[in-house]
Amino acid sequence: MTLPGLPLLLQSIVSGILMGGVYSLTAIGLTLIFGVMRIINFAHGSFMMLGMFTTYWLFILLGIHPYLSLLISIPVLFVLGILVERFLIAQVLNAPEYNQLLLTLGISLFIENFALFLWSPNFRTLDIGYLKKASTVGTVMISFPKVIAFLFAILLTGLLYYFLKNTDLGKAIRASSEEKEGALTVGINLKRIYYVAFGIGTACVGAAGTLTATFFYVNPHVGGIFVITAFVVVVLGGMGNIIGALVGGIIIGLAESVGAAFLPGQLKQFIIYFIFILVLLFKPEGLFGRSREE
Amino acid sequence: MRNNTEKTIQILVTIASVVFLLILPRFIGGYFLHLITMIFFFTYLGTAWNILGGYAGQFSFGHAAFFGMGAFTSTLLQIHLGVNPWIGMFLAGIAGLLLGLFIGSLSFRYGLRGPYFALAMLALAEMLRLVAVEWMAVKYPLGITIPLKGDSLLYFQFTKKMPYYYIMFAMMVISLYLTRLIENRRIGSYFKAIRENENAADAIGVNVFKYKLIAMAISAFLTAAGGTFYAQYYLTIEEESSFGTSVSIEVLLGPIIGGAGTVFGPMVGAAILEILSEGTRNFLGGYSGVHLMVYGAILVVVIIFLPNGILGGLQTAFRKLSKVW
Repeated sequence: MTLPGLPLLLQSIVSGILMGGVYSLTAIGLTLIFGVMRIINFAHGSFMMLGMFTTYWLFILLGIHPYLSLLISIPVLFVLGILVERFLIAQVLNAPEYNQLLLTLGISLFIENFALFLWSPNFRTLDIGYLKKASTVGTVMISFPKVIAFLFAILLTGLLYYFLKNTDLGKAIRASSEEKEGALTVGINLKRIYYVAFGIGTACVGAAGTLTATFFYVNPHVGGIFVITAFVVVVLGGMGNIIGALVGGIIIGLAESVGAAFLPGQLKQFIIYFIFILVLLFKPEGLFGRSREE
Repeated sequence: MRNNTEKTIQILVTIASVVFLLILPRFIGGYFLHLITMIFFFTYLGTAWNILGGYAGQFSFGHAAFFGMGAFTSTLLQIHLGVNPWIGMFLAGIAGLLLGLFIGSLSFRYGLRGPYFALAMLALAEMLRLVAVEWMAVKYPLGITIPLKGDSLLYFQFTKKMPYYYIMFAMMVISLYLTRLIENRRIGSYFKAIRENENAADAIGVNVFKYKLIAMAISAFLTAAGGTFYAQYYLTIEEESSFGTSVSIEVLLGPIIGGAGTVFGPMVGAAILEILSEGTRNFLGGYSGVHLMVYGAILVVVIIFLPNGILGGLQTAFRKLSKVW
């Protein structure tokens, strides 16, 4: 092990925070879905992949700018999420937790491999010159698309937070996640809350897909890379905690990139899983959560 | 009287199927021999998973950890220390068992339940895969190949597929027999009590921690031994097909679709999945992994319409029928 110099360390802190924004972005939808429905959604990564491919094809076939394609990928994923919830996931909401997990696994296997069948396992990238540029501040290189993704993560967290706190629908969603029976008693339509929350969750990860496609390769299995990290972020931030997802994402991003400065190759991911197991074992309610028993 | 007849029929059916499967290789070609060996293989792995996931209700999403551990242990011992693969298979089982006890005692001690345990297992398998990737990239960039020793029972490698068929058949029968034993003994009742309601099981005096660990140990041992078989069958291993998430998924799909917590569920599931996967490969062709699309669709359908798997669904149907009669 060699000690990295100061410039490298600075660089990895900056990249870590920026990448952390991307992780937050993927985790926000997942934590919303978990918070409301108590479902661990394995299909989340597949939805992200679909968001990436939406952006990719819109650019390749119609020349639509990646950031403009947000206007398409968000509604498309929102509708897809609602359909998947209403026709599939709603059927197992009262089933044992395993079966809910398995259902989302089945959905993700289907979507990913259908994409594989349609679009081949080739790695694709958006070839847009100015997206690849990075500005240099002092010795630190800052990638433009990652800054956008990071800012968008903060914006999305803020929007979602405002929506949940201040709108009637948002309040109903919060009420259903905190007290199911109570929500039913005051006349909240739980079925509707569930598909709306699921739709919003998938729309968020669709946006994450679009923004990630600007600097990451696109292929049918790419979601798997992000979904496990998203699980880690969600658990770290506290399942259902949106602000927690933002902070958790940045922590994981930092841990990964600073770890990469010390450790060889893919072992940086090892750190993520290690943190994951530690949090699961010792603080399953997350860094900022209170345990459910209290 | 009726009970006796039923038992006789059961024994006769068992003997008939065993005899049938024993003489079957004489009549079929290499392709079908491979297909049926793979059905046995996934029945075996599914049965191992089933003991922990189906009977004791501890849903593991990372059995690739044990599988890969087994494949790597016996292969590395064989290459570097010249350990005979049969002994290697036993040692692989022990290595898997120790790993199982390690992660099991941590998870169960700290009360990881349900999906949280599933995720912890997934993380464990991924950690091992990353270590393997990193280590292999330096020492074995092309995967580890087991040196050829010719056709030899002693060295667990054969030029024909038939011996593998019989070895896997024996391993599968042992695993099914073991499940049957567990089901009919007190330990099986403890497992099921833990699965149905852990707090209640604890309250009536079942040592939950101990029995979960026992289920974990049996399951991990068998799965790791399966890893050795896999290594000897293909005579080469690499990290993705040993520790990859797809291994964990393929191991559990059989019992889930066939019926978790039943003796023959993993067999029904493995047979359906393997035949379908061959079918789609011929039909859709194309990229490796496309058969998983069909697996996904079947999984969705089974979970929604037959939440206890095919055999579980049949059992419920029979119970309803016998009430009507």
